[in-house]
Amino acid sequence: MKSLGSIRRDFVPWNDPNAKPYIQFDKVTKKFGDFTAVNNLSLTIFEREFFALLGASGCGKSTLLRMLAGFEEPTAGRILLDGQDLRGIPPYRRPVNMMFQSYALFPHMTVENNIAFGLKQEGMPKPDIEKRVADMLKLVKLEQFAKRKPHQLSGGQRQRVALARSVAKRPKVLLLDEPLGALDKKLREETQFELMDLQQELGLTFVVVTHDQEEAMTMADRIAIMDKGEVMQVATPAEVYEAPTSRFVAHFVGNVNMFEGKVAEQSANTTRITGPSGAQIVVENGGAAATADADIVFAIRPEKIRVSSKKPADAVNALEGEVYDIAYLGDMTVYHVRLDDGQIVRASALNAARVTEDPLTWNDRAWVSFRPDAGVVLAR
Amino acid sequence: MNTTWSRFNITSITLGFAFLYLPIVLLVVFSFNESKLVTVWGGFSTKWYVSLFHNQGLMDAAWVTIRVGLISATVATVLGTMGALALTRYTRFRGRVLFSGMIFAPLVMPDVITGLSLLLLFVAIGMDRGMTTVILAHITFTMCFVAVVVQSRLVSFDRSLEEAAMDLGAPPVKTFFQITLPVILPAIVSGWMLAFTLSLDDLVIASFASGPGATTLPMKIYSQVRLGVTPEINAACTILIAIVTIGVIIASIANKRREVQRQLDERAAQRG
Repeated sequence: MKSLGSIRRDFVPWNDPNAKPYIQFDKVTKKFGDFTAVNNLSLTIFEREFFALLGASGCGKSTLLRMLAGFEEPTAGRILLDGQDLRGIPPYRRPVNMMFQSYALFPHMTVENNIAFGLKQEGMPKPDIEKRVADMLKLVKLEQFAKRKPHQLSGGQRQRVALARSVAKRPKVLLLDEPLGALDKKLREETQFELMDLQQELGLTFVVVTHDQEEAMTMADRIAIMDKGEVMQVATPAEVYEAPTSRFVAHFVGNVNMFEGKVAEQSANTTRITGPSGAQIVVENGGAAATADADIVFAIRPEKIRVSSKKPADAVNALEGEVYDIAYLGDMTVYHVRLDDGQIVRASALNAARVTEDPLTWNDRAWVSFRPDAGVVLAR
Repeated sequence: MNTTWSRFNITSITLGFAFLYLPIVLLVVFSFNESKLVTVWGGFSTKWYVSLFHNQGLMDAAWVTIRVGLISATVATVLGTMGALALTRYTRFRGRVLFSGMIFAPLVMPDVITGLSLLLLFVAIGMDRGMTTVILAHITFTMCFVAVVVQSRLVSFDRSLEEAAMDLGAPPVKTFFQITLPVILPAIVSGWMLAFTLSLDDLVIASFASGPGATTLPMKIYSQVRLGVTPEINAACTILIAIVTIGVIIASIANKRREVQRQLDERAAQRG
């Protein structure tokens, strides 16, 4: 039997030009009065995909989800599910179910009646309902809580009832609106993995809305990063982190250092960049196509920068400065180095050995160095 | 904080309660008076209660009052709930502010004005005054109280409950009856009880709207008192007080129990 991990590894329909899209947003615009919540957005999601919509509050991600559920109609554009145009289909006739941020459990019904509610609506025979409810309770490990009312449950239990209720009807797509937002950190981490396992087990398409990048990175096959009603980038978590296509995405996900400069010289594989103070760095080609003399930024993650007290002999790129700040976090140490041109560079070093005395300290002269392929060149 | 009872505190509390309850206590005490003279104590007796139940006029009036109260409270609850729903749900229609102001105006309108305007209306459209007109009048003035009670519940109602029900396949009407209504039911019930009580003890509006053959209990008591207070009236009032007191006690005990149970449940849930 294939392990879940290997199924996941082989799952890359977005690289297959013949793969049939399952959910399609086709030039969708949604306006509320003068406010444009979603602006001419196109997006494709594949069957069985775990897809995350990531963005700050007010970026339009929840509106997108609500349009898919049928609570809002697009002002313009089409939404297709499995080839069918969803326009005009009310929420109670759509083959999608949603898990609400507030859970929206019916307070006057027991846990089992909450889960059975959707099944009763489609007129499923009673014995089948009972069996399905029992299955769902087992799935979320709440068998002994069947007769309880929502207010008699803890936050984590309520979250699992909401989940069981929304998957009980075996929807084509499960929409999750900030599914873990109300849980504390430890419970949230556990539940992330439970959700992933559940998605694999049921073989459903999940679309999750979140503002928590860690959550999106952990769970999703692909992430759409949204800003002001538009999609900035759609890619796998690794691509989003390692190869952001814009300054916004580079800034939004994780920490990043940005070096502004001009293209000084281009060869077949490398580009030489001159900073405002004349400092030069050499980077590998890729990312934004840079033409000679173009204004660009070079974005590099803190953990890809080395800090040392002497200039490394083999370093292609090394810049000199002074240690400005040190933060010891246990698993790693974060250095802020003020370069001689005034820019502050953030670098983090994994504390692989048990060193309690750092060779570098405040106000020491220090060199930051990185490889030519450690960052990406972006348009300014 | 100072927890000892100062002389000032004791005096003010005694005076306050005396103002509130002394008249009622006197009334209850004298309803058990043997003597026919209301203000002279002639020994304990329950004879006025017996004669009360043989007083056909008072019993008829009581029956009219109860029927008026039941019908008008029920209709007012339906209308008031609908009004509250419209006001909280459809927030974007034109003139909403005016409309919501208008539905609450009768709360502060003097009864005399409400009664008089209703009387003029009934006369103008040639409607014979009787029980029907009293019921209509009571619906009119209790409806807004129901609307206020139900609206305050609806404001805190989580709309995502309804969205969840629709998302799970329930059409809007079914969603209303299976989700919205059960959740706001306690507010609707207290709205009904408020309307019923208001209708029970209304004198002014009923006097304007009523006609021959439709005398409510407050009207009957008032007209008898003008001829002189009899211990029978004291007995009737004592029964009313008893009914109201029992109702209030039951309601508050039920409330308290539910609250305690909820807190216990939540504490149990937190423990896991």
